[in-house]
Amino acid sequence: MTTMTYRQALHDTLRAEMLRDENVLLLGEEIGVFEGSYKITAGLLAEFGEKRVRDTPIAEEGFTGAAIGAAMLGLRPVVEIMTINFSLLALDQIVNHAAKIYGMFGGQAKVPLVIRTPGGGGQQLGATHSQNIELYYAFVPGLKVVAPSTPADAKSLLIAAIRDDDPVLFLENLALYNTKGDVPEDDTPAEIGRAAVTRTGRDITLIGYSRMAHVAAQVADQLAASDGLDIEVIDLRSLRPLDRPTIIESVKKTHAAVIVEDDWLTYGIGAEIAATISDGAFDYLDAPVRRVAMAEVPLPYSKPLETAALPSVDDVINAVHQTLDAVGRRHQKVGHD
Amino acid sequence: MTNQVNAPRKAAGRSAAAKSVKSATAAPAKRAPRAKVTKRTPTEVAALTEIYRQMLLIRRFEERAARSYTQALIGGYCHLNLGEEAAVVGLLSALAPTDYLFTNYREHGYAINRGIDPNRVMAELYGRIDGVSKGWGGSMHMFDISHRLLGGYGIVGGQIPLATGAALAIDYRGGSEVVMCTMGDGTTNIGAFHESLNIAALWNLPIVYVIINNRLGMGTTVEKSSAEPELFRRGEAYRIESARVDGLDPLAVAEASAKAVTVARAGRPYLLEVVSERLRGHSVVDPAKYRTEAEIVQLREHDPVVTFGAKLVRERVIDADTMAAIEHEVTARIDEAAAFAEASPTPDVATLFDYTYATPVANDSRRLPGQPLFDPAPLPDPGEDQ
Repeated sequence: MTTMTYRQALHDTLRAEMLRDENVLLLGEEIGVFEGSYKITAGLLAEFGEKRVRDTPIAEEGFTGAAIGAAMLGLRPVVEIMTINFSLLALDQIVNHAAKIYGMFGGQAKVPLVIRTPGGGGQQLGATHSQNIELYYAFVPGLKVVAPSTPADAKSLLIAAIRDDDPVLFLENLALYNTKGDVPEDDTPAEIGRAAVTRTGRDITLIGYSRMAHVAAQVADQLAASDGLDIEVIDLRSLRPLDRPTIIESVKKTHAAVIVEDDWLTYGIGAEIAATISDGAFDYLDAPVRRVAMAEVPLPYSKPLETAALPSVDDVINAVHQTLDAVGRRHQKVGHD
Repeated sequence: MTNQVNAPRKAAGRSAAAKSVKSATAAPAKRAPRAKVTKRTPTEVAALTEIYRQMLLIRRFEERAARSYTQALIGGYCHLNLGEEAAVVGLLSALAPTDYLFTNYREHGYAINRGIDPNRVMAELYGRIDGVSKGWGGSMHMFDISHRLLGGYGIVGGQIPLATGAALAIDYRGGSEVVMCTMGDGTTNIGAFHESLNIAALWNLPIVYVIINNRLGMGTTVEKSSAEPELFRRGEAYRIESARVDGLDPLAVAEASAKAVTVARAGRPYLLEVVSERLRGHSVVDPAKYRTEAEIVQLREHDPVVTFGAKLVRERVIDADTMAAIEHEVTARIDEAAAFAEASPTPDVATLFDYTYATPVANDSRRLPGQPLFDPAPLPDPGEDQ
């Protein structure tokens, strides 16, 4: 085990995979000479040269599509899209092409492609630079979408994504790059499609991913200390496929759930999880499933407005209390019957 | 740089296009004088006859596809290469078997001419298991890895970045193959076209971009959609060598294509505009009411299969008996393709989830529309936790 930042884990993994496999190459805006907007690719141009670390023109559709085409011929490109907001410029190539090519042609061509891109708001970046729109990709069969929350998962999921023969959208988060954690030395890939129960408990299940997995864990710690609550936390890690069995198993045990997401509530990832719980654990629920999500506005620049729109630790604590109150009322009612 | 900057600016009709062909290609078009008969070697005769045979094969295939479509044997959209036969045969004649081809959704003729068994192309149209894409693609999505046809693509312009990436992969590995990427005239207004040309020129990629200019989007003319209607000139913005050629003459197209492929094989992208015709509507169901009577008359005169066949007879390359024999052979071949397609089974619905992912993945959904997400759960023990 080595303690390192999420950024370092990504950097080291990219480098190790490039050393391991000549077919791995990096493409993206400002990833070479500038060393990446968030410095994930620092030093890699100097080490591997222009052939394998390609600064692209500002042309998301063009270079993402080119990476897909190169993948069809057996290369394993890792594309960096500076933020997930800009991925919308490549939406046609990702959704209509990367996700379709394997199936649409009857399995004749694989697309072993990774698209790394960070989400994350709350840094006064304004409406266009603060979106969490991974849902757009998680909606699409043919894509895989992973969202590591820790340096260890960043490593093991990036290894899995690069070695996978399908297009993988690899969601990072601006707020996580400097977070630290233990990272194993070995290069065992994570299993895509599996969530992690990061804390076991019996009172209620908190479900989150990426940065919100940390918020969920923080709330669990805080309420354990303040209220003696025994909270289970699920870090989804994979948004497509979604690990429904792990969610259901947990809710069957705790009988209550709060979903924590920093995308918009309506039609969001949380809506899918809530529907999953309704389908798989309806009879086990003692309270309605709550979602804590962003206010449904284009995120404003001004700090007080921005803060008001984003889900906070206190919002989650309130939702947990209200849900457990509802559980208590139900138990009282059942007791009187 | 050999962009043909001296070509006339007007490009409204075929005559203007033909004029610019002359100024756009340094060498005069390969055309035998009308009255005189050139003595040809048996090899030349065989080659010319084969070109005609290939053009006719595409023609009859597409006519049969149209018929099968109206008989509801083919579903979805169905865009035909009628009028594009000379362009298809000329373009692909320059490719080696190891080169790669990307096309748009009007690609049946390209598939056949690439050497794919017409039976399998027709079976794909019929949605059958023996289709080139196993019935998963249909008319717009023909793919055959063994013939290096890397797709028919239904989204206008979608194939251009992909083809550019394929060229990148070739260059990355130091290979000698080239990529040819065809598109329609309307496609040159899409961002993906410009982004791809820019990337190909920056990285010196071995790719030939081909614009099939039939002068209509669906019904919108080039002049109404492209501020520079001489589409090959768009290469100039990216310092990509480019030319325009008469797409009704298979020999002129072959020559232009050979030059383009040579440039690409030497590591520079090339942009070739092929001025073509679309003899019918945008797709089988389009009655093309936007065509004027005069245009329709002109279209018949511009039929490349008829024109080339007549030229070969006139120049005594082939005689009427040979023409009839080719017609007979081609028709029989298409009959066989249609019979094969009809006899081929439809894919087993049990394979519905086989092609979502190449690498199997945990928790992949294999739920049919009417099925619940979970099997009905046993009710919780009423005593538990209460």
